[in-house]
Amino acid sequence: MFSAGVRERYQQELRGIEEAGLLKRERLIQSPQGAEIRVEFPPGAPVKQVINLCSNNYLGLSSHPEVVAAAREGLDARGYGMSSVRFICGTQDIHRRLEERLTEFLGTEDTLLFPSCMDANAGVFEAILGEADVMIADRLVHASIVDGMRLCRAQQDTFKHSDMGHLEEKLQEHQDKRVRVVITDGVFSMDGDVAKLDEMVALAERYDAMVLVDDSHATGFIGRTGRGTHEHRGVVGRIDVITTTLGKALGGASGGCVSGRRELVEMCRQRARPYLFSNTVPPVIVAGALKVLDLIASTTERRDKLEENTRYWRRGLAGLGFDLKEGESPIVPVMLYNAKLAQDVARDLYAEGVYVVGFFFPVVAKGLARIRTQLSAAHERQHLDAGLQAFAKVGAKYGILGKGRKEIVETYGA
Amino acid sequence: MDDLKAVIRDYVVKEYLEEGDDRTIEAETPLISGGIVDSFSMVSLKRFLEKKYQIRIPDEQATPDAFDTVSRIAELVERIRKGAPVTP
Repeated sequence: MFSAGVRERYQQELRGIEEAGLLKRERLIQSPQGAEIRVEFPPGAPVKQVINLCSNNYLGLSSHPEVVAAAREGLDARGYGMSSVRFICGTQDIHRRLEERLTEFLGTEDTLLFPSCMDANAGVFEAILGEADVMIADRLVHASIVDGMRLCRAQQDTFKHSDMGHLEEKLQEHQDKRVRVVITDGVFSMDGDVAKLDEMVALAERYDAMVLVDDSHATGFIGRTGRGTHEHRGVVGRIDVITTTLGKALGGASGGCVSGRRELVEMCRQRARPYLFSNTVPPVIVAGALKVLDLIASTTERRDKLEENTRYWRRGLAGLGFDLKEGESPIVPVMLYNAKLAQDVARDLYAEGVYVVGFFFPVVAKGLARIRTQLSAAHERQHLDAGLQAFAKVGAKYGILGKGRKEIVETYGA
Repeated sequence: MDDLKAVIRDYVVKEYLEEGDDRTIEAETPLISGGIVDSFSMVSLKRFLEKKYQIRIPDEQATPDAFDTVSRIAELVERIRKGAPVTP
């Protein structure tokens, strides 16, 4: 029973979250996903047309007419739901076809679909590792990997972000374990930097370790033909497990996968609990994702445009005097350091017609608050120019143009 | 005790501070609540202490609160060392 006392306890906790400035509120979007969206925020406010610089719609395929049409055909041909997990009566021919297409695209041995990449990460470690093994993760890996590692009985360790010297020390320290797995994001979601997979693979080969990469912020556009971080770093075929998502560049609906060595994928089919105990990916999404793979395998036009947009945006913001995190991915973090400043700048940008979000502790480290901007192939030059104009105006208002960390912190605090 | 604190502090600096990070770690510097060590990464500190002092720190005692400052960690290690040490 939900007694008055119990209710009060939850209300108090929620008040605490709000007082700490950490309460998350959703904004109601009244249009399909795209470079421009119609947003009602706060609820009840007039709907506003804004430029979207905070979605993971990297290739601009979330509302692409051919993807929508393919999804509709899939809905007609294979129905709305399967009312089953995969291994009972939830696997259609198109599920297996999508797995084969992903295997081919990623250059791996086999692939298994999951309801999301969060589920793939939650299930993969427990399925392939035991108490005698060790997981060695970059300290900035995504929260879903942290959760997956916590669900696994293998021993855990971490290395400093992208620090190969520290990783080597850890690999030496854990030579007595049965299996070692080095774990990293391909592109780090909050910083936008690209993992040094070439160096990591070399170390893993020297110290007999497997490598697992979450390439959710890379699949479809990083690398010359968009295969991902392993293509960008020249190590296709040498990554043992790739987890990735259909929920970002690949149409953005939902769904994820574990792709990699045949035996490891098969272990997931036998043992990964989110695969075994949650529903199959809906046919409509599978059909849409197959079309996405057709589109991106036939031409690199979209990832090339995204790369060009990223260059233009990065050059524009740097030219205005913003303090940016270095990187080559379409995640371009504008560093503001102070949590309140990040929220104020995001709010003012929204008033100027640009939708971005401020991130601060605990999502990023203390004193490293930022606005994460994300580019899309759906952006046209006019969107980026209007975005830069808004950033210039708001940056000038707060006196942060041309200022680095030291000066911003001196003015606004850490 | 001071030696123990020095060992813990040196390990924290080496294991958790990035190159160029000039923050100083004192006995009472908040490590976890201060964002220097996250709960995900603190397991290496626990393992280091267990190996170095031939003790076993029970998981229920290795809380973010007990690991929040060099002083508290040192107290925890001392307490366990004074009890019946268990080889990990």
